Amino acid sequence: MIDFLFQTLWALDATLRVATPLMLCAMAGIFSERSGIVDISLEGKLLSGAFVAATIASLTGSVWLGLMGAICASVMMSLLHGFACITHRGDQVVSGVAINFLASGLTVILGIAIFKRGGQTPTLSSGERFRPIELWFVDALDNVPVIGTIYRELISGHSLLVYVALLCVPIASFILYKSRFGLRLRAVGESPIAVDSAGVSVTWLRYRALIVGGVFCGIAGAYLSISHGANFVREMSAGKGYIALAAVIFGNWRPIRAFWACLMFGFLDAITSRLQDIDLPLIGEVPAQLMSALPYIMTIILLSGFIGRPSPPSAIGVPYKK
Amino acid sequence: MSVIKPLPRWADLILLPFINLCTAFFVCGIVVYIIGENPWDALMVMLKGAFIYPGSLGYTLYYTTNFIFTGLAVATAFHAKLFNIGGEGQAYVGSLGILLATALFAPFLPALFVVLLCIICSALIGAAWAFIPGYLQAKRGSHVVITTIMFNFLASSLMVYLLAGPLIQLGQQSPQSDLIPESAQLASFETFFSLFGIDITSSPLNLSFLLALLALFVFWVLIWKTRLGYEIRAVGKNQDAANYAGINVPKIIIITMTISGAFAGLLAVNEVMGVQHRAILNFTAGYGFTGIAVALMGRNHPVGIFFASLLFGALFQGGAELDFEFQSITRDMVLLIQGMIILFSGALAYMFNPALSKIFNNITKNGANDD
Amino acid sequence: MIDKAKKTSGGDTACYILELQKISKSFGLVQANKNIDLQIEAGTIHGIIGENGAGKSTLMNILYGLHRADTGEMLIDGTKAKIKSSADALALGIGMVHQHFMLINRFSVLENVMLGSEGGSLLSSGKIATVNKLKELGQTFDMEVDPNALVSDLNVGMRQRVEILKALKGGAKILILDEPTGVLTQQEATQLFDILDKLRANGVTVLLITHKLAEIMAITDNVSIMRGGEMVGHRKTSNTDPQELAELMVGRKVLLNVEKPKAKPKEIALNVNSLGCFSSRGHKVLDDLSFHVKAGEILGIAGVSGNGQTPLMEILSGMRKPDEGYFEILGKKIDRDTKVSPFTMRENSIGHIPEDRHKHGLILGFEAYENMVLGFHNTEMTGGKKLLDKNHMLMHAAERMDEYDIRPRNPKLLASSFSGGNQQKIVVARELYKNPKLLIVGEPTRGVDVGAIEFIHKQLIELRDQGCAIILVSVELDEILGLSDRILVMNKGQEVSTVNGDDANPKDLGLMMAGISQGASN
Repeated sequence: MIDFLFQTLWALDATLRVATPLMLCAMAGIFSERSGIVDISLEGKLLSGAFVAATIASLTGSVWLGLMGAICASVMMSLLHGFACITHRGDQVVSGVAINFLASGLTVILGIAIFKRGGQTPTLSSGERFRPIELWFVDALDNVPVIGTIYRELISGHSLLVYVALLCVPIASFILYKSRFGLRLRAVGESPIAVDSAGVSVTWLRYRALIVGGVFCGIAGAYLSISHGANFVREMSAGKGYIALAAVIFGNWRPIRAFWACLMFGFLDAITSRLQDIDLPLIGEVPAQLMSALPYIMTIILLSGFIGRPSPPSAIGVPYKK
Repeated sequence: MSVIKPLPRWADLILLPFINLCTAFFVCGIVVYIIGENPWDALMVMLKGAFIYPGSLGYTLYYTTNFIFTGLAVATAFHAKLFNIGGEGQAYVGSLGILLATALFAPFLPALFVVLLCIICSALIGAAWAFIPGYLQAKRGSHVVITTIMFNFLASSLMVYLLAGPLIQLGQQSPQSDLIPESAQLASFETFFSLFGIDITSSPLNLSFLLALLALFVFWVLIWKTRLGYEIRAVGKNQDAANYAGINVPKIIIITMTISGAFAGLLAVNEVMGVQHRAILNFTAGYGFTGIAVALMGRNHPVGIFFASLLFGALFQGGAELDFEFQSITRDMVLLIQGMIILFSGALAYMFNPALSKIFNNITKNGANDD
Repeated sequence: MIDKAKKTSGGDTACYILELQKISKSFGLVQANKNIDLQIEAGTIHGIIGENGAGKSTLMNILYGLHRADTGEMLIDGTKAKIKSSADALALGIGMVHQHFMLINRFSVLENVMLGSEGGSLLSSGKIATVNKLKELGQTFDMEVDPNALVSDLNVGMRQRVEILKALKGGAKILILDEPTGVLTQQEATQLFDILDKLRANGVTVLLITHKLAEIMAITDNVSIMRGGEMVGHRKTSNTDPQELAELMVGRKVLLNVEKPKAKPKEIALNVNSLGCFSSRGHKVLDDLSFHVKAGEILGIAGVSGNGQTPLMEILSGMRKPDEGYFEILGKKIDRDTKVSPFTMRENSIGHIPEDRHKHGLILGFEAYENMVLGFHNTEMTGGKKLLDKNHMLMHAAERMDEYDIRPRNPKLLASSFSGGNQQKIVVARELYKNPKLLIVGEPTRGVDVGAIEFIHKQLIELRDQGCAIILVSVELDEILGLSDRILVMNKGQEVSTVNGDDANPKDLGLMMAGISQGASN
């Protein structure tokens, strides 16, 4: 029984760590898609952020500069994306694919040029990363049964960026639903001409949506390379950008729901390795690949309209022409 | 207010893409310069590595074969205004078709039939992998871009499971299938030419290159010479008018995606039957995504696709040479070039259009004034 | 020519709240507005009337900043104004309620009204103020709405109210309403007019854009008439009447007297029985429509655009299914359960020249010879058995181009490169080639030059004399009068009246089309 509790705690703990980059990228995806821009390039922005964070942290020894750098890199990619699909009204998917390619190439090329390690950045020492933080009262609560354990194992002890990510979800939700910017952003994804006729600039709104997304992806990238990991490795985003997109769709383009989807996908990932040794009743041994494919399968089923009807923003995918 | 005339046809089809290509290379050249190498030298090494050095042409054309298949896949879908990003997955599962066909037919049938059946089966499985996203788009409105991306990941998971599990070659640690029987293996060009006593340098280039050329021809006939092709193009250009003309738009969407997947599936013929002689992990290695760049550059036309495929084949092979000769440059440079080409030939394709139109307008105006 | 005989009341120019001087606007080769002069007095309801395509909406969009005029000036309260975007217009006190509502369906009324004038970076502060303002406006103008209702749940009349409230909340002194009653029921329209009355009483200036004469007479103080992109007259409403306005609207164009021998109608080719159909919004767009057409006659369907003609043509050509009733075409009965497609209709010798050649009739990205077989691409018209025979198609196209004098004579030219008239000729040539027994024609000469108009009209008459039954839908009354053997007037999806071509009177028809009179004078 105690063992089961620990297993669960461990699983949830791992879930949070896996889900952190997902939820940040999902928030980014929600902002761009809600403004009417299909965002296939979450992957590329994530990767760029990871690379720049690790590089700057390694060169300067400062995690904070690394974080700033990651955000800048990701925002620059977003601006490029915007330049192509907003200003020049290019196809949003094509420009997104281009961003991903550029990120894949540039991160390794620049990495080799600077560090000459075949694309990797040097491993960061403890001081150059975001270390786990013990929250207040951890010791005091140790004597409380159950809750104390949960507090120590699950809630406390994550790196700063995990808490930042968890904060980003309600922040994103607040901005989207309670601020002027959020109202206009949601409006422009439904009907750009209504926004135009209300006297608000569609172009500037969409650029801002992309920039906000860039910030979130930058933080996610920094998490990958200077918090969760200790350096940058080529293609270290490993498809997380696409899973985040799946979470956005699964959450029906709403921050809180997407957050739960990220947790769910993170959970699946976390227990994959555990389940390999366990024989589930009826099913037998579950192939690890099936588990890793589950987020995609679920998204496809959702998209086909078999479980609920996804309702994307009405004007998504169409460049705005007066 | 004067009306700006559209660009003449030749400028639109050749000059503009050429300018976009040059811009892409120019920006890459800047990156090369920033990391401390000479862009011109790099370009020369790439060219030599792609065409001049012994065996290089063979390698280039081997890559070209793959790009023709994936490029055709994307181009077919583009004609119906559909974006098939699923080439990777469709090509990957195409290999299952080959393995299946060899298992079923190789023991009983002569080599020629086995090869033909393998080709058909790889196309069929690739088609099936694209059929579902096509169906979902046509009947349920699910965006084909998202579903094909998901299916790529599904293919990846599926193949890892199969190649590391049920299909694994006994005794091997790395995930790969058994060797396919000799009757299913396609001869390389080297072998083929040696039959005639001609000696050429060894390379992975094999007879599937001829299949690729045939596929280009079939594509041309299909899109421009058949009624189905007419309907596909109509749906791509104006769905309302297609409706008016009595065309069943959902049906065309499904058929187009299926054909698209079939082309992608043929990539497995090159890799599995012609080169590796087995299914290995990740043999699609980015060919599917490159197909997007190929289709965009080639303007969805067989001649354009051939030359774009050749360009990318040269890039891949030249990239390998770059990697070899330069300390600070690896094959990842190709990814950068690819990204730039997709950016300038795809998303920003018409960025230079206004400037170019003005130039042409001025030329024709001056020409008229001379009369 | 601008008729200033009965000018609007009021003295010096300085007291005009809005003045337009020599406004012109072209879209490519089409001139939508030509040298428009307009003077609006403060605190009045000023109507702008004209047929579809007269240029009214373009003019209003220029005023609201959605388009930029090529030439001309706008003066607000005597001062020159530069309106480059809606934000500029709003700042100058101009508000607009568009024909197609600019509302976000997923948002609540409150959110829609706040959009663009939220009153702060956080919504919470603005919300209370807006709710109060809405209440205040609602009471003043008798326009109450529930701020928390979702727009998608509101009926059309309420949605329009939200649009008006949004404009008023923004402090609009000039309110433009573009075809406001097109989607309203009779009751809702009356309510709207009460609101406009109250607005006027409160000093708001209203610009009412409409093609409905009844509305102009009922509510406006002054009226300006547009035709063919130009202002053709200004009147004080009390000094004019519907007949005069109808005449100015429809105008005395070049009456194209086609040589029309007497029709010799034979058996009934098309019989329409209680046809009904609903729009995707649930409105009834065709209501219990019944008529027949005989072989060898032309039935003209007259009516202002948007009164059911488009759904009717779509149903008859197989593009759409009827929801109620049925029709019998050349012996075949078709109701909501029958499987039809435009393809089967064509196989059964039915031709269809659609009213929107850019949307349906042609694929602009295809070359002329490919467009010449659109809809017939599965037949022997393309030459080969299995494959398309390009040479055959080119020859076929070249022959048609000769026959119809389509210029330039190049079958390989993209359809988009041809002028409107020649594009239309391609469509006509294609649909008439197989000598259909029934032809459905919509707006055959819209955007077509005079020479091509004459040609197309001649073709239609010839086809009729060969025994074809023709349904001609057109908003051009002259065209209907010139070609039809019988005329059916449609309004709000129903038949108003059917008259014989010889007995038809343009004034009466105009009044019937405008929804004023209910029956034929004969």
